[in-house]
Amino acid sequence: MNRILPILTVVLAILALWYIAAIWLNAQWVLDQAERAGHSVGLWEIIEKTMSQDRPKLPAPHQVIAELWHATLGMKLTSKRSLFFHSWVTLAPTLLGFLIGTVTGLLLAVGIVHNRAMDMSVMPWAIASQTVPILAIAPMVIVVLNSVGITGLIPKALISAYLCFFPVVVGMVKGLRSPDRILIDLMKTYNASRWQVFWKLRLPASMPYFFTSLKVGAAAALIGTIVAELPTGAIRGLGARLLSGSYYGQTIQIWAALFMAAILAAALVGVIGLVQNRVLKRMGFVR
Amino acid sequence: METAATTKNGEGRAAAPRTAGHGAEPVIRARRLSLTFETRDGPVHALKDVDLDISRGEFVSFIGPSGCGKTTFLRVVAGLEQPTGGEILVNGMTPDEARRARAYGYVFQAPGLLPWRTIAGNVRLPLEIMGFEKGEQERRIAEVLDLVDLSGFGRKYPWQLSGGMQQRASIARALSFDAGILLMDEPFGALDEIVRDHLNEQLIALWKKTDKTILFVTHSIPEAVYLSTRIVVMSPRPGRVIEVIENTLPEERPLDIRDTPEFLAIAHKVREGLRKGHAYD
Repeated sequence: MNRILPILTVVLAILALWYIAAIWLNAQWVLDQAERAGHSVGLWEIIEKTMSQDRPKLPAPHQVIAELWHATLGMKLTSKRSLFFHSWVTLAPTLLGFLIGTVTGLLLAVGIVHNRAMDMSVMPWAIASQTVPILAIAPMVIVVLNSVGITGLIPKALISAYLCFFPVVVGMVKGLRSPDRILIDLMKTYNASRWQVFWKLRLPASMPYFFTSLKVGAAAALIGTIVAELPTGAIRGLGARLLSGSYYGQTIQIWAALFMAAILAAALVGVIGLVQNRVLKRMGFVR
Repeated sequence: METAATTKNGEGRAAAPRTAGHGAEPVIRARRLSLTFETRDGPVHALKDVDLDISRGEFVSFIGPSGCGKTTFLRVVAGLEQPTGGEILVNGMTPDEARRARAYGYVFQAPGLLPWRTIAGNVRLPLEIMGFEKGEQERRIAEVLDLVDLSGFGRKYPWQLSGGMQQRASIARALSFDAGILLMDEPFGALDEIVRDHLNEQLIALWKKTDKTILFVTHSIPEAVYLSTRIVVMSPRPGRVIEVIENTLPEERPLDIRDTPEFLAIAHKVREGLRKGHAYD
């Protein structure tokens, strides 16, 4: 209860602000309509009419929730308009990209920690890679891969991995370097090999960093996939829903897709959090 | 400042001959040992012309103000720092060879236990790395945990133990692979007085039971006098040995020996030595 109350308060405040903003933004359209029809409208009528427009500037929360409900539980899973269907189209490359990005990030981090040349050379490139706007690269990657016959899941997964590997590299380099000086010295007094230092000291010590990187990485992977769907004319996936929604002014559809993406990201991060709690508890990190 | 091997009267010491006769190879032998760190503010002479022999079974304390090179000396013995001059031999080998031969156990100022391993798991760490067999690991873990009075705590995690118990676990870890030399760098420095007294008593008992040569860094005069057979007084900048004091206290050392005139006389000598060192400033 102590946790629910503050959360509820914030949610209610957001909803209230959202409704106010919806009324304010959508009122102009009501007024224009009334003027064209040649009759005047009262305040109450304006408010009422801002809540149920087909293409509002800002849909009211209940409209978005209704659309979410309708597009998920309210229709068959196989329907081309089902948000579950589109979510899966986005989730699959996200998971694959997440896997590729995490493995790449891990390998790069291990290399950076163990090899001086990589330490000096890889990090600047990794940082540079993230300063390039992904929105500009995504279509080129898709076109190039298309021309060599790679289509479908893989191109999206690669763009997703491109965003995902970075937080894993940064987090794991920090994590693998987190053991105290005296622990490194201790291993040296045992004449431990680098391999032993890695498996018995660096890797277990990096676990808290690892899971934190995974959470950031998962969110980045999802964004990567959606971005990959945006400029490439995809017709399926959450990104495609966002795009077609904006083509046809379907603001409610855009917001529903946005919420679905947020729910998906929250679910991914939540699952990682559960695994994190169990693993760290088993390892004795959590008291 | 060369010192001959100490001879101890072997009362109550049936175990292995702890006294190396003259001419026997010392366990640690330093000659004009120097170490200079190059820093931005110029060279720092952490050790300068240190001559020291330590024989098997001795308990030698190193005392001096911070920056006198006592920890550096220990790290050089352990092969964790490379000397820039002079010579040092550990068991007749270079420190690096001795390190590879696993000639010593090192106890740091902090327990340095791995939080994801139980106490037994922490003691097992060096045994795993050194490739002991499973059954032998278990046997040794039980043995050393018993030695430091931690039997029954093997399955606890480090955070479940007090600071003193953690440090005892780290001593057990250093003893587990049965190295002849124990290097201890202010192991009780972070503990309170009462725990420290208790651990000092236990350490003496442990030293008598085993056959270790112990090098013990401290900045507590009573601790140094209470524990050791010899006390090496050092001074800073440059880190050098000022005096080596033979401890004439009897083998049997209950805690209240610290109130006897003999104890106070040696403590006084150490203090005088430290004061001499400060005259260099």
